[in-house]
Amino acid sequence: MKLRYNFGYFISEGFHSIFTHGFMSFAAVCMIVCCLLIMGSFSLVAVNVDHMLGDLEAENEFTAIVEETYTDGQTTQLQAAIRGIPNVASTTYVSKAEAMAAFKEGREDNELLNDLPDDVLRARFRIHVVDIERMKETASQVEALDGVAKIRAEFEIAEGFVVLRDIAGAVAIILVVILLLVSLFIIANTIKLATFNRREEIAIMKMCGATNGFVRWPFVFEGMLLGLAGALVAFLFQWGVYSLVANAVTGSDTMSLITVLAFRPMALRVLGAFVGTGLLIGTSGSVLAIRKFLQV
Amino acid sequence: MIRFKEIQKAYDNGTKALKGVNLRIDDGEFVFLVGPSGSGKSTIVKLITAEEAPSGGRLMVNGYNLNNIRPGQVPFMRRTLGVIFQDFRLIEKKTIQENLIFAMRAIGASPRETRKRVPYVLELVGLEQKAGCRPTELSGGEQQRVAIARALVNNPQMIIADEPTGNLDPMRSLEIMMLLERINELGTTLLVVTHERELVDRFSKRVVAIENGRIISDETGGYYNDEVTI
Repeated sequence: MKLRYNFGYFISEGFHSIFTHGFMSFAAVCMIVCCLLIMGSFSLVAVNVDHMLGDLEAENEFTAIVEETYTDGQTTQLQAAIRGIPNVASTTYVSKAEAMAAFKEGREDNELLNDLPDDVLRARFRIHVVDIERMKETASQVEALDGVAKIRAEFEIAEGFVVLRDIAGAVAIILVVILLLVSLFIIANTIKLATFNRREEIAIMKMCGATNGFVRWPFVFEGMLLGLAGALVAFLFQWGVYSLVANAVTGSDTMSLITVLAFRPMALRVLGAFVGTGLLIGTSGSVLAIRKFLQV
Repeated sequence: MIRFKEIQKAYDNGTKALKGVNLRIDDGEFVFLVGPSGSGKSTIVKLITAEEAPSGGRLMVNGYNLNNIRPGQVPFMRRTLGVIFQDFRLIEKKTIQENLIFAMRAIGASPRETRKRVPYVLELVGLEQKAGCRPTELSGGEQQRVAIARALVNNPQMIIADEPTGNLDPMRSLEIMMLLERINELGTTLLVVTHERELVDRFSKRVVAIENGRIISDETGGYYNDEVTI
């Protein structure tokens, strides 16, 4: 009898085995759901934090003050030159009068300012950058342009945002990797328990002359199916939990400063990540769990 | 065909289970392997099934050189063997028929092949009426018949029965031995490991006696060496 790899048989065996060992399958799916929910919730929090940091970053800007002698025509040319610098996202022109009005804002009680003429301050550009990390470099490029008298920028705040974003990103990656490994360990042990109950079956198959691949494939499909089932259940739970938390945050007065991203636009990516991770931990868990029992 | 030439086996804990065993079993033979507990009988079975590797000497099983067999070749070597255990080792969740199908599917047999072969083998062991029963619904003797059917179902060159009657009463033991004898008459080589003296004496077969890892007697014709302490 020649060796045949009948994947239909492997899938049906894997599927059949899920129901034959119902309790262990249920335990494995529950573990996958829990692990994915923890990972998913943390990742979504990280995505929201990153988004909020992005918003704050976008509000960070520096100011380029125009030479006093520059005419309106020259100022328009200067604005075009600033926009031509690669990292510049947008520029807003602030006239002398607008600059003065902004300066007076909040200082209405100061009588000394009332007599000042509107053109005492110089015109300026408020410049937003694409990448806050390159703000210093961009500011130098702007400063080098003819017509720019000086630059006013809070580089420390910009650098602070960069450090904060980098730390948040690194922490998120480290935690997700740790959770992934923990999940893998738990799933491998859960499937190992299920496999332990079936070590006799495996020993019989091996004694009959089954190859390692033949023994392994039904377990791999079983792991994949459990991973897929866990991923779908976890996705639905995640959607529900996220929506509940998002509604609570947006409806709260005390947390009005926090903006929460809507779930729907992220749903496909979350589903993809859950299914991918579920399949990965289900399959790897099965392969790890069965390894020992194949040594007969 | 099996060839043991100066086979030595030492386990990791230092136990020397076999000390230069020479044994030849030709195709179609019926051989009893007898000896007291710890004499090395199980080690011989484990070496034949490639569960263990010899520490020294040369070992050939059905054309496979087990001294340097590649791991990928072991399953194919095992397909030339059928193994029967004292504790039957049947899958309780499966019916008798499913147990046999399971053994056939394990080596890649198609559903068509299993439909053809399983009823024939069940008839051979006299269990055609019990195909739909689960092992727990059968007596010990019947369960061992199922184990024999499973060993036979893939049409092996040789069957190794490791204490096949150890859990059975004398009457059922005799029935099982007669069934094994019949299978041997149909052309399958039989190696029966046992320490049931009465049973061995009843059949006029070749008896290989082992003690302390050495073969101390190898006589054909139903002789049982009285010097061996069972």
